Parts: sequence; C-alpha cells; structure tokens
Amino acid sequence: MFQQLNCTNISSLLFLVSLLGIFLNQKNILVMLMSLEMMFLSISFNLIFSSIRLDDIIGQIFSLLILTVAAAESSIGLAILVIYYRIRSTITVELMNLMKG
Amino acid sequence: MYLLILFLPLLGSLISGFGGRWLGCRGTNTFSTLCVVVSSLFSLLAFFEIGLTNTTCTIFLVSWIKSGAFYVSWGFLFDSLTVTMLVVITLVSSLVHIYSIKYMENDPHQPRFMSYLEIFTFFMLILVTADNLIQMFLGWEGVGLASYLLINFWYTRLAANQSAIKALIVNRVGDFGLSLGIFLIFWVFNSVDYSVIFSLVPLFDNQFLTFLGFKLHVLTLISLFLFIGAIGKSAQLGLHTWLPDAMEGPTPVSALIHAATMVTAGVFLMIRFSPLLEFSPTILFILITFGSLTAFFAAVTGVFQHDLKRVIAYSTCSQLGYMIFSCGMSCYDVSLFHLANHAFFKALLFLSAGSVIHAVSNEQDMRRMGSLLKFMPLTYSVMLIGTLALIGFPFLTGFYSKDFILELTQISSYSNLQMSYISFACWLGTMSVFFTSFYSFRLIYLTFLNNTNLAKSSLNLVHESSLLMIFPLIILSIGSIFAGYLIRDLFVGSGSDFWGAAIFILPKHSTFIEAEELPIVVKWLPFILSLLGIFFASFVQIFLKTFYFKSNLQNLLSFFTFLINKKWYWDVLYNRLIVLPILNFGYSISFKILDRGFIELSGPYGFTKFVSFWSQILIKLQTGQITHYLFFMIFTFCSFSIILVYSYINLTFNLLLLFFTLFFFI
Repeated sequence: MFQQLNCTNISSLLFLVSLLGIFLNQKNILVMLMSLEMMFLSISFNLIFSSIRLDDIIGQIFSLLILTVAAAESSIGLAILVIYYRIRSTITVELMNLMKG
Repeated sequence: MYLLILFLPLLGSLISGFGGRWLGCRGTNTFSTLCVVVSSLFSLLAFFEIGLTNTTCTIFLVSWIKSGAFYVSWGFLFDSLTVTMLVVITLVSSLVHIYSIKYMENDPHQPRFMSYLEIFTFFMLILVTADNLIQMFLGWEGVGLASYLLINFWYTRLAANQSAIKALIVNRVGDFGLSLGIFLIFWVFNSVDYSVIFSLVPLFDNQFLTFLGFKLHVLTLISLFLFIGAIGKSAQLGLHTWLPDAMEGPTPVSALIHAATMVTAGVFLMIRFSPLLEFSPTILFILITFGSLTAFFAAVTGVFQHDLKRVIAYSTCSQLGYMIFSCGMSCYDVSLFHLANHAFFKALLFLSAGSVIHAVSNEQDMRRMGSLLKFMPLTYSVMLIGTLALIGFPFLTGFYSKDFILELTQISSYSNLQMSYISFACWLGTMSVFFTSFYSFRLIYLTFLNNTNLAKSSLNLVHESSLLMIFPLIILSIGSIFAGYLIRDLFVGSGSDFWGAAIFILPKHSTFIEAEELPIVVKWLPFILSLLGIFFASFVQIFLKTFYFKSNLQNLLSFFTFLINKKWYWDVLYNRLIVLPILNFGYSISFKILDRGFIELSGPYGFTKFVSFWSQILIKLQTGQITHYLFFMIFTFCSFSIILVYSYINLTFNLLLLFFTLFFFI
C-alpha cells in the first residue's frame, strides 16, 4: 500500500517543482507550458491518491475531467504559441514585455 | 421723550446716510443738525426732570436675548449720571454738527460725514443709557466702529487709513478685556443687569476665585478687566498710542471723539461701576497709578509736539488721566464733573484749532503759524478762554473741577487717613499742571503771538471764520466760562444728593470734607505752578526763541527734546516689540509653516503627492514579464494562506499582514 505521507509529498513536491519551473524560467515559453502540464499532473495525482485513500470515485472523475481540460488547454496554449511565433518569430519569455505598466 | 433722545440721531443718521443722494448737502445738513439739536434740547429737559427733581427713569423696550439664566433686554436707564452724559454728548455733538456744516462745506462727501457723526452720537447715547452690560457693549463697539469710519473719513489718504485701523485695533485690545469682564460678571452674578450687579456686589466681597493655584479676589478681577477696557477707550498709558494718531480725521471729528464723547466712555464706565470698584482697594490703587502716570506722561509729551491738533490731543490724554485717578481716589462725582467741564473747553479748543487750520489753508504745523492775533481776534479770544479754562485759571470752568481734583490729592498729606498712595497722584498731578500750562501757552504763542512763519500767499487768505463756525465757539466759550461755576454746587457741593444711587462711595473712602481743611499754601500750589508755566512759556517764547529748534546747546537737552517729540518712543517700541513680531509670527509661522506648510502637507497637497509617488512605484512593478506576475500571484497566495493560518492565533498580526498582502496583490 502507498504510504500516505509519501504520496502527498510526491504530489506536492511535483507541484512545487512545476511552480518554480514556471517563474524561474526566463527563456523558453515551452518550458513554462510543460511546467503547467506538470502542475496538472501533480494535482490529478493528488486527486487520484485521495480518491483511493478515501475510497471515493469522485476524485478519479475529477482527474479524468482535469485530463481533458489539460489537453484542451495545452492545445489552445500551443495554438497561441504558434500564432505568437508567427508574428514575433521568437518565443523568449523575457522579450514579452509589451504590456509594461 | 427719553427714547427720542436716542433715536433722533439714529433717524438722522439713516436718512442722511441713505437719502443723502436725494436730499443733497443742504438738506442733509439741515435735517441731521435739526435731529441732534432737538435731541439735545430733549436731553436738557431730561436733565431737568431727572437730575434736578431727583428721580430715576427706567424704560423697558423689548427683550433681546433669552437663554436660560442669561437674559438681556433692550432697557434704558436714565439716572443723574446718564443725563449728565446725555447733556454733554448731545450738546457738544450738536455744536459740532453746526460747526461742520461750514467747516466741511467744500467736501464732496458731506452727507456721509453727517451720517457718521450722527451714528457716532447714537452709539454713544446707547452706551450711556444702557441698563445692562450687553447693550452697553453694543454702544462701546459701535463707538469704536464709528470712530473708525470718522477717522478714515478721507479714505484716500494713507495716513488716515493707518490711524483709523490703529484706533480700531488698539481699542479692540481694551474691548477684549472688557468682554472678559462681562463674562466674569455673568459667571459671578448670573446677570448682566446693572441693578442686579450693583445690589449684589457687597455679598461677593469675600468671594475668591482659584485660578492656576492663585486665589484671586473676584471683584478685583472684574474691575481689572473693566479697567483694561477703559484703558483702551480712554487712552490711558499703555494703550494711548491711538489717540494722537486719530488726529488724521477732520477737526470736528477730533472735537467730537477726543473731547466729549468717545474717550470719556472709559471714564464713564469707571464711574458707572463705582459700586463695584469701591470694594477693591487694589483696583483703586491701579486706577491712581495709571491715571496719574498718564496725566504726567501726556502733559510732558505735549510740550514738544509741533502739530497743533496733536498738542490738544495730548492734553486730552492728560486730562483723562486726571479723571481716572480721581476715580481711583473714590471721587467719582468730581471725575464726572471734570468730564463735563472738560468736554466744554476741549471741544472749544479743538473747534478753534479747526478754525485756525481752516484759515491758514490746512496747515497744521504750529511752527509755520504765528501772529494770527491780528487776523482772527475772535478765534484768539475763544482759544485763550479755552486755554485758561484748561489750565485751571481761577473762576473759569477748569478751576472748579481740575483744581478740586488736585486739592483732593493733597489729602495724602494727612498721614492718619491711611491713604498714602494718593501722594503718587498728588505729585504727578501737580507737576503736570505746570506742563499743561506750559504747552497750552506755547500753543497760544506759536499760533497767535509770535512773528509769522506763514507763506505770504496763505497769509493773504487768512480770514475769520464764518458765522456758523463762530456760533458754536461762542456757545462753548460761554460754557467754558460759566459751566463750572453753575453746576459746581449741584455736582460736587458738599452734601449734594444730586447723584443719588448712581454713584456709590464707601464712607471710609470719602474725603471731601477733609479736603476743605487743607492749609492754604497747599491749595495755592497748583495755581502758582500753572502761573509759573505761563511765565516760563512766555519767557521761552520772548527771550529764548531758539529753545525748541536749536536745542543742540546741550546734548542732554536735545536728547530729551527728541525723546519727547517722538512720544517717548512708545510707538517705536510697540512696533518693534509687539506689532512686528506678531506680524512675523502671522506670516512665517502661522501662514508659512502651519497653513501652507503642515496642514497642506498632511492635507490635499501631501495626499496627492503621496498617491502619485506610490502609483509610480506600483507602475514599476508591472514589468510586463509573465514570470514576475506569476511570482506576485504565488507570493500573494502563499502569504495569504499563511495569514489565514495565523489569523486563528493572533488577530492584530493578521490584519497587518492582510494589508501588506493586499498591497502586493494590487
């Protein structure tokens, strides 16, 4: 059986790593999207673990929904990325400062 | 009839003020003069009815302010004190009206002038007839206002503006004291009615007021505040500086304000409050000190003044000092007697000075006059009468009051009366007699008897004044000769009950009878001194012509001459030590540091600066970098959750951090 603490640790560690990956990364927007995916993954992992732990199907349903949402999201995100690349021909995060205050 | 005395001048003022445009000069002159003359006739009648038949008349008109225990009504009290003042005021005022018809005939604003004179008379009448302090204060302030308007009559002149403002503000210093006195009286007596106050005074003789750990006698404190009011209005030493400057107004105004009415208001207040002052030996001592110092100071200062009107103004100041210290000796009736007589001869002096000034084409400097005797013998005669009355020449008006005051001061030579403090007044008063006669005769010599210094062009124009100006002079000179003799027995005759309840003198302060027993040498002393003054003035004028002008013979003498001519530097000292620091305070501290500084900084100006400063910083935070935004979001989320956790532990810490977080979130 999974250790409860261990599993929670893994998911939260994964979440933290993806969080740091989002805002420590200055260069590549693809890394950012990947971290986002990893974040979804950690959350759904957590949900699945909780559903097993609590013996409840709701968590798994949620994680399935999250998978679809993540897929849709990543497709839209990649589409936006492609459009952005067509216009600016670069995907460096640092250079995206047109909306400066 | 009694109310008509008051309201005729008001009517005259309103109609000549508002209707001057339609009535014209001649119409307003006739109407306003008629109003005052009828009023003065009525007040003579009132003097007969109330003074001579020894009754008192109170009129209740309508209630004014009613609020709890505070009740003020429009009430009028006519007793012998009031009617005496009424006769003095209305008589001098109507003569001044008649005089100024001619004196001001070339002035384009004559209706305004008449209106101001009338409103002045009205307020003065309100002051003397009031039966409560509030109404008296109305008259008091109104007189100050009217004096402002009158001194500032030629409003295009800078000097007139300045001296009018000075008169109003210096008076206001005294008025502040008076209003404190009124508040204190209401606090102590729960009433502002004269009748209530005066009947309750003996009860409060042992009342003390603890203020900042000091135990103060309530009656002394009240009378001190009232005396501060009197200092301002009656130009006693300390607040006297407005009086000589108030000569900027037209001469009839000087005659009205500075001879008969306004300056006497302070003395009137002291006399009216005799039942209160009597219970406070301290305040009597203060009255004596201030009065005699004023008398001496002003008499000495008058000696080296070169302005014709200013000499007379200082003489007024000096005589007011006599009246005040006479009040301090508990001789209120003598003080009022001197007030009435002084009104006659001082109005005479002022008006004849006006006549002289009118004749020499508005030259006021005595050094540029001279030998006017040949040209204006009548003015010379009336001025001589006024001067002799002023110095207390025997059998003229001044003799009966002024010499009597000095005689009463000699009482101090009786050591068993325990009134040694009167000797202060005795010495200073007797010395100022000499100076009074000296400057009076110096005035006569410089104006009428010496060789002329006038320019020939204006000497050709010198003329005796017309009938309308002569007539008041003659009436006043008749008054100056006979008034003292005629009303002497009535006012100060031994055992005269003319004053009735209007003046109260403690029996142990009454020294009338003792004054009659003085040795003859002492009684002769003032007369001898004034004769000496005349002789000295003549000697200086005839043999030592250069005494005033080339006084650099000895340095000391020239120093004193300069000092006295500059009025002992009172004005300079006041300007340097009081006026300038206050103005500086007003500008640099109150305006620059407080108003435009601190309040602006913490108010609108500082707030806008604050907001824009922080918005600049917050704008800097929005870099456009997605990673930065993300960082802020995550940071906020984390700290918010930390706070939520901590909020179960400590509430204040929570609130602080909540603001901190929200700030970053924004």
